Amino acid sequence: MTQSNTSAVDYNFDVVRQFTVMTVIWGIVGTLVGVLIAAQLIWPALNFDTPWLTYSRLRPLHTNAVIFAFGTSALFATSYYVVQRTCQARLFGGKLAAFTFWGWQAVIVAAIISLPLGYTSSKEYAELEWPIDILITIVWVSYAIVFFGTLIKRKVSHIYVANWFFGGFIVTVAVLHLGNSMAIPVSGMKAYSIYPGAIDAMMQWWYGHNAVGFLLTAGFLGMMYYFVPKQAERPVYSYRLSIVHFWALVSLYIWAGPHHLHYTALPDWAQSVGMVMSIVLFLPSWGGMINGIMTLSGAWHKLRHDPILRFLIVSLSFYGMSTFEGPMMAIKSVNALSHYTDWTVGHVHSGALGWVAMVSIGAMYHLIPVLFNQGRMYSIRLINIHFWMHTAGIVLYIVAMWISGVMQGLMWRAVNSDGTLTYSFVESLTASYPFYFMRFLGGVLVVAGFILMAYNMFKTIGAKDNSLKPVEVA
Amino acid sequence: MDYGTLRGLIALLILALFIIIVVWSYSKKRKESFDDIANSIFEEDKNAKVTKQSHLDKDSKQETNNNV
Repeated sequence: MTQSNTSAVDYNFDVVRQFTVMTVIWGIVGTLVGVLIAAQLIWPALNFDTPWLTYSRLRPLHTNAVIFAFGTSALFATSYYVVQRTCQARLFGGKLAAFTFWGWQAVIVAAIISLPLGYTSSKEYAELEWPIDILITIVWVSYAIVFFGTLIKRKVSHIYVANWFFGGFIVTVAVLHLGNSMAIPVSGMKAYSIYPGAIDAMMQWWYGHNAVGFLLTAGFLGMMYYFVPKQAERPVYSYRLSIVHFWALVSLYIWAGPHHLHYTALPDWAQSVGMVMSIVLFLPSWGGMINGIMTLSGAWHKLRHDPILRFLIVSLSFYGMSTFEGPMMAIKSVNALSHYTDWTVGHVHSGALGWVAMVSIGAMYHLIPVLFNQGRMYSIRLINIHFWMHTAGIVLYIVAMWISGVMQGLMWRAVNSDGTLTYSFVESLTASYPFYFMRFLGGVLVVAGFILMAYNMFKTIGAKDNSLKPVEVA
Repeated sequence: MDYGTLRGLIALLILALFIIIVVWSYSKKRKESFDDIANSIFEEDKNAKVTKQSHLDKDSKQETNNNV
């Protein structure tokens, strides 16, 4: 209990420590499964002819592991830490906080077992079958009780902006999960959605895009608004902008889902609304990004010495990049080229590896020494190496997917003068192979970086209390 | 009132709400208290040990803490 020495409040950091360690572990697992399926796209024999290792079953395992195991554990850890520190109050709910940890890990284990066995609702990012959905609901409601309970018993009058984003994320994810998972069970592990046809598709992408918007964006913005100022040792660039940022972001994101369904059975007007709202979304996204990056204005030199700050600030650059790319891809004519190609995959990973993973990694490197009674991480040099491995990995990944994706889009739409298709599908696939290999290399770098991080973390945890002294930068 | 008109009115209402939020958060009266909140995350450290007070630097180019 580091902080109990320095303040009157006896914070509950046990649950924060648990989630922090698991964030790093699940980071390795999730990206490792990603590398395996990336390798399967080059060497299909890597499924070893076992149904449990087929691409179609491991792909949802990869997405669930990185979003709900790695990303959401990071959100649990940081939101529990930030809400206690900024409210100067111990976590509400006593054992309920511990329940959210074990309950959430149970959800992840259930996913790791049920997805390779082939149990899936086939809804992207909501593949888990109904009994697991019910467990998710119970854990999530407990999470909301712990988080908002702590807000209610806060010792300070204001609610710091990071908590607004965390709170918005918790409430909205509950609504999305309940809305999209409405289903009628027909057996122990099978249920059918209550929504028919195009409505089901719209519900799915209302959920799917807002999982991006609220889990992968609002939640991590909460992380950003605390850990960027903390690591930079200066307050956020503009607190007033952060208020406008919050309300603009939460009121706009919810309408952007239909851009996943351009040129489908969804009514044209709904597609157009989705497109327009996605373009408008550019504004709050960049407002938030500028607010985060400008926090360093007048103190840019800190980036030279501090690889943790570099993780945090570069994550914001990737956030800016993908929130520019996203609205552009939501334009129907651009989408006609990009949809169903690797460009989409590249876009997702520039957001997921660039923004989500980097801001989480930065926050974890800030948090681990604080939680385990140290002045700094075991090795700053290893953090720096991790930073460059991760960055190089992402750049390899997204450049490969951009080239491959645009190439696929162009090949698929090319027609001869007599109206027949110029290329068969297989020709476009063959053309993608070099880029799949490049993506695989990028993924290997990312996993290797995570393994370094785990080593650094366990060395920090294992070191004698306060034996690692903070580095004084002149 | 038909559904289309209702939706139009709701859109206007939300636009008005947004403008109110902007005016509210950017009013000069609230500037100081928002700056205090932005600095509040450093309070516990200040009590604990003597840290570099760079975040209280009034000459910074930041919007927070400068005299807009």
